[in-house]
Amino acid sequence: MGGRVGLKGTDGPEILEKAVALGAEPQSQNRTIECLSRLKTLKDSIELITCPGSMGEEASVRCGFSPKAISTTAGPITTASDTRSAARQMSDLGVDLLLFVGGDGTARDIYNAVGDSMVVLGIPAGVKIHSAVYACNPLRAGELAWLYLQGKAKNVLEAEVMDIDEEDYRRGRIQARLHGYLRIPYERRYLQRAKTGSPASEQYSQEAIAHEVAECMSGEFHYVVGPGSTTRAIMEKLNLTGTLLGIDLVHKKRLVGKDLNEAKLLERLEGKRTKLIITPIGGQGYLFGRGNQQLSPKVIRHIGKDNIIIAGTKQKINSLYGRPLLVDTGDKATDRLLDGYFRIITGYREAIIYRVTY
Amino acid sequence: MGVDETTRVRNFHQAKWDEPIIFELSTEGERGVIVPEVEEDIERTVGDGVSELPPGMSRRQAPALPEVAQMRVLKHFLRLSQHCLGADLNVDMGQGTCTMKYSPKINEVLARSPKVAEVHPLQDADTAQGALEIMYKLDTFLQEISGMSKFSFQPGGGSAAILAMASIIRAYHERRGEADKRDEIITTIFSHPSDAAAAAVKGYKVITLYQNEDGLPDVEALKKAVSDRTAGLLITNPEDTGIFNPDIVEFVKIVHEAGGLCGYDQANANGILGITRASEAGFDLCFFNLHKTFSSPHGCGGPATGALGVRDELISYLPIPIVERSGDRYFLNHDLSNTIGKVRAFYGVFPAVLRAYCWIRSLGAEGLKEAACVAVLNNNYALEKIKKIKGASAPYAEGKRRIEQVRYSWETLTKETGVTTEDVAYRMADFGFHLWSSHHPFIVPEPFTIEPTESYSKAEIDEYIAGIEKIAAEAYAEPEKVKNAPYNSVVHKIDNSTLDDPEKWAITWRAYLKKHECK
Amino acid sequence: MKKGETTVHPYIPNSAPQVKARMLEEIGIKDIDELYEEIPESLRLKRKLDLPDAMPSEYDLKRHVEGILSRNQTCQENISFLGGGCWQHYVPAICDEISQRSEFLTAYAGEPYEDHGRFQALFEFESLMAELLDMDVVNVPTYDWCQAASTALRMAARITGRSEVLISDTISPERLLAIRNYCTPALSVRMVKHCADTGLMDVDDLKAIISVDTAGIYFENPSYLGFIEHQGREISDIAHENGALCVVSVDPVSLGVMTPPANYGADIVCGDIQGLGVHMNYGGGHGGFIATHDEERFVMEYPSRLFGITKTSVAGEYGFGDVAYERTSFAVREAGKEFVGTHAALWGITAAVYLSLMGPKAMQELGKTIMQRSQYAMKKLSEIKGVKAPVFASPHFKEFAVSFKETGMTVEDINKSLLEHGIFGGKDLSKECPDLEGCALYCVTEVHTKRDLDCLFQALKDCLG
Repeated sequence: MGGRVGLKGTDGPEILEKAVALGAEPQSQNRTIECLSRLKTLKDSIELITCPGSMGEEASVRCGFSPKAISTTAGPITTASDTRSAARQMSDLGVDLLLFVGGDGTARDIYNAVGDSMVVLGIPAGVKIHSAVYACNPLRAGELAWLYLQGKAKNVLEAEVMDIDEEDYRRGRIQARLHGYLRIPYERRYLQRAKTGSPASEQYSQEAIAHEVAECMSGEFHYVVGPGSTTRAIMEKLNLTGTLLGIDLVHKKRLVGKDLNEAKLLERLEGKRTKLIITPIGGQGYLFGRGNQQLSPKVIRHIGKDNIIIAGTKQKINSLYGRPLLVDTGDKATDRLLDGYFRIITGYREAIIYRVTY
Repeated sequence: MGVDETTRVRNFHQAKWDEPIIFELSTEGERGVIVPEVEEDIERTVGDGVSELPPGMSRRQAPALPEVAQMRVLKHFLRLSQHCLGADLNVDMGQGTCTMKYSPKINEVLARSPKVAEVHPLQDADTAQGALEIMYKLDTFLQEISGMSKFSFQPGGGSAAILAMASIIRAYHERRGEADKRDEIITTIFSHPSDAAAAAVKGYKVITLYQNEDGLPDVEALKKAVSDRTAGLLITNPEDTGIFNPDIVEFVKIVHEAGGLCGYDQANANGILGITRASEAGFDLCFFNLHKTFSSPHGCGGPATGALGVRDELISYLPIPIVERSGDRYFLNHDLSNTIGKVRAFYGVFPAVLRAYCWIRSLGAEGLKEAACVAVLNNNYALEKIKKIKGASAPYAEGKRRIEQVRYSWETLTKETGVTTEDVAYRMADFGFHLWSSHHPFIVPEPFTIEPTESYSKAEIDEYIAGIEKIAAEAYAEPEKVKNAPYNSVVHKIDNSTLDDPEKWAITWRAYLKKHECK
Repeated sequence: MKKGETTVHPYIPNSAPQVKARMLEEIGIKDIDELYEEIPESLRLKRKLDLPDAMPSEYDLKRHVEGILSRNQTCQENISFLGGGCWQHYVPAICDEISQRSEFLTAYAGEPYEDHGRFQALFEFESLMAELLDMDVVNVPTYDWCQAASTALRMAARITGRSEVLISDTISPERLLAIRNYCTPALSVRMVKHCADTGLMDVDDLKAIISVDTAGIYFENPSYLGFIEHQGREISDIAHENGALCVVSVDPVSLGVMTPPANYGADIVCGDIQGLGVHMNYGGGHGGFIATHDEERFVMEYPSRLFGITKTSVAGEYGFGDVAYERTSFAVREAGKEFVGTHAALWGITAAVYLSLMGPKAMQELGKTIMQRSQYAMKKLSEIKGVKAPVFASPHFKEFAVSFKETGMTVEDINKSLLEHGIFGGKDLSKECPDLEGCALYCVTEVHTKRDLDCLFQALKDCLG
């Protein structure tokens, strides 16, 4: 679990036969078409595999493709299980890039089906999405897919999949858990829309951050380590195996608690001097409240605002285009406490001062 | 729309020679220039000379340079020059932060004089009084313009001046035994990248302040950044967005109270000459780019000068030598008690110093101020027009005035048409224009930065804006046309994919021949 | 401008009253001052800058500046034997022709489309230097030799992961000062001794002080004092055996006849391009090059721009661009390699023109004629009573130390006397180190005719009595 950022090499200048697959929800036809139209020039050199009828086939044909339709049990794909089944079929067919339209739910389903075994990319369906696996818009998804299939966007990075509780969401409360990481193609401008890093640079940045944080750690403190790939890099630097998605506890460079919930945290931190190491999670720039709810208002207040160490890659920060980082702890008073400027460690001997708000 | 209907965009086409690489012009036996041979006497006395070379140090094979006749070399490089759009040839408003103003030709005539070109830096000071006087006098002018107490012209560019500032800051704290404790330098995200990078060279941890909703670094952010580890602040003001930070005095004060020094990156000085100064804001050090504000030409990227100024207390830290005067005699003083040593050979790029001197003498105090005012007028005039263009916006500072440049955004254009700032820049080349985006990272999405300076007439500014308008309209009507530009430039769409691939990149012709099919 | 008059200055078109008024109107303001409202009143300068009166007339300016410059004497009006990092070589007319072209002179940071020529010219610079140096990677030039050497040493440190550099103690004092400033606090610098008689590096001392912390060994060839370091191969072997890199500074002018350092094991080679078609400009004609082999671990450590050649969408067209741009500070601010900015591009283009004109034969001719002239000078100087040239018992290229110790006169006094004869004597080395008390550094190039040299000998004979 937990795929790595890697470089995908090309096999030479000639265009290989590659396959692209789609899983689509009916109302996203237009978005599919917008995305696929950017791939038109490749229609004779790639193999397009999709779901029958209005689940992808129609849109593909409209864009000039001659797609191959996978078999499905019955009619249109509506359930999570159908999405997972389609994704697995495409994985079995050795598809190089899986494109899907939807939101956080779809991303979660894709992840449950294929994990980090293949490269995927999301075409946003227009709702607010917390998972970072989606391109900014269908046009950009198409362009990035085009570059990736041509071997021109060779880099792959891990992006968060957020699990949104649908019921709570409809009632207006967001409960987002960090569900896992999918591997998406990454070409500087098309996902992050900026030349923000060298090849495999997010990994390089994370290692640099880990170096810096590890250097600053002291045996006096207990360190609560939040979820995320950036904090995982810190754990790796310390030669510790924490939980990618959960909260761990480190003291004197040893792992003394794994995957702790709020209650356990409060119990373990009683009477101890503590610091908290966290990183923003998801595509919306949340520091608290998406994917790390175990860090409840009580926990945050116990640790203290001044003992919060934030680690974040520049890629992550710059993808916000100046929007502040956000907190949604569930308690307005705690949110207000966290409103203001924070130092964020962004590399080795590098930090920034950035705005956090609610 | 924004400009006269009569303003037309040129039907431009750049020269396109399909000029081969110089090596491809090589023909065995051709000669470009002959070297003078020694007189017979000398040959008789010492022989061929090269026999003296120790074994292992004598070159076995002549270097594989191309053999090209003289006229052909001339033609080749003249053609390459036609493949280049210097500021002299275009309305060069589109290279924001670069201050592409007019480099007066009279200054070139003077800089090429043998009285400059054929003078050796180690000549006895008595034989170089002209050069020393020019350096000394420019020093006094910049002192007045900035309020600083002494200038050195040794740094070869802005980034070198920043390195010198970081070096002085470090030496200053070292002298107080605090260099180990004070290991952090603060800068802002809209300052020049070298403000961060050069500080890192001197071992500093760099804390970068990101901007608030107004596009400015916030005092609250600065307060979070300072501590007893603060060595100093390196900041550009106005920043590359063109917005002047009205809290700059407080910024300097906060850093001083924390025990740090403040260095002013005055790359963006063109709009504030005679309006406001480094010293009144409290800065301890500052530098000017003589190749920006002070008109020395950019030369494709140098030679240039970062004129470094310091207040009294820091004069002893300057790189050596500095130019001083005793009576009416000028001399070089190598004797500074705390000097950081050197940042460059000799004393600096004298031709750049000379040109800056000439520019200032030509304009005088009133002219300098007028240049600044008109640069700001031109910029705000352009701002009025450009922000009305569909697809363009000027983030931050809504309703406020900018100083000498503006960072705009094509974000709306890109959302609505898919055309990016890079695409627009390439299409601008079809009309004989440059358009520069921004330093990285792109904080403003799809940025473009325009700095008119005082050098272009209203009609020319209108022409440039008409170009932007035309392309923006084209983006809505036929985005593909913009995306596949340029059409009238020197070459067609460049394939950048090889440039990051160690197997494929070719930094020299010989590497290219080795890695790709031979021509 | 005279008081009371408001002449529009030729450099400021929109100062013309009617245009200005129209622009103000279109913005909707009455006075330009309104545009400065964001600058706090307390920061506004309330008085005029105290500068000399303006000279808007071009003729007045020209006469004024020429008057000041006339107080300079030049190396054309006199016979100069000055060197020491800045040299008088012949600049072919075409070098001036090209370096004065508006297109190159006033270009800056355009794209590889409309500024294609700048990219190609600098790519050709890299390529021509590569042939002289026999290496496949050369940078777009940095500020000067001091910078090139400093960066080369930091590159060695980054590549090896070590932090100590060993520097030959015959390095130019200026370069050492620059290296010390640039390389601290990251690196520690240790000097390697030289042999008093030959000037060459004391290889035994090198072996004694090299360690597992050594990132690189640095020497100059020809050295600052002009002698040729023939132990190049041995020194680079010692470096490599200890896991360190060999960094060598070279004079490109010598490479028509001298072995390029890469051929005796140098990993990073650096130097100055001023001798390749650039006028001395009172020290303003410098540009620094750095060269390595084409290995990723070296290429990724360059702070400079590296222009690479590539294809375009049309067969047969050459395109250019930045190689591995993300490693530069333009792309990633402080996480980049050192920093990059505006350096010495125009001199790089000029050097490209020079090398294109020279070709292999003239570079050979140049090396040969310089050696002949300088050897002639050394021989004849030694025939003067009390004068010994060269000081070091080694072969030299172009420059050599001359001892006047036995003459009873100081170099300073000798040079004053030479000046009266219209001769600039060699750089006084007396203050640089005790061993060189009474010595001067003489530089003899292709510009010195036999007659010029004979003038020197005669003048010395006269002043030494």
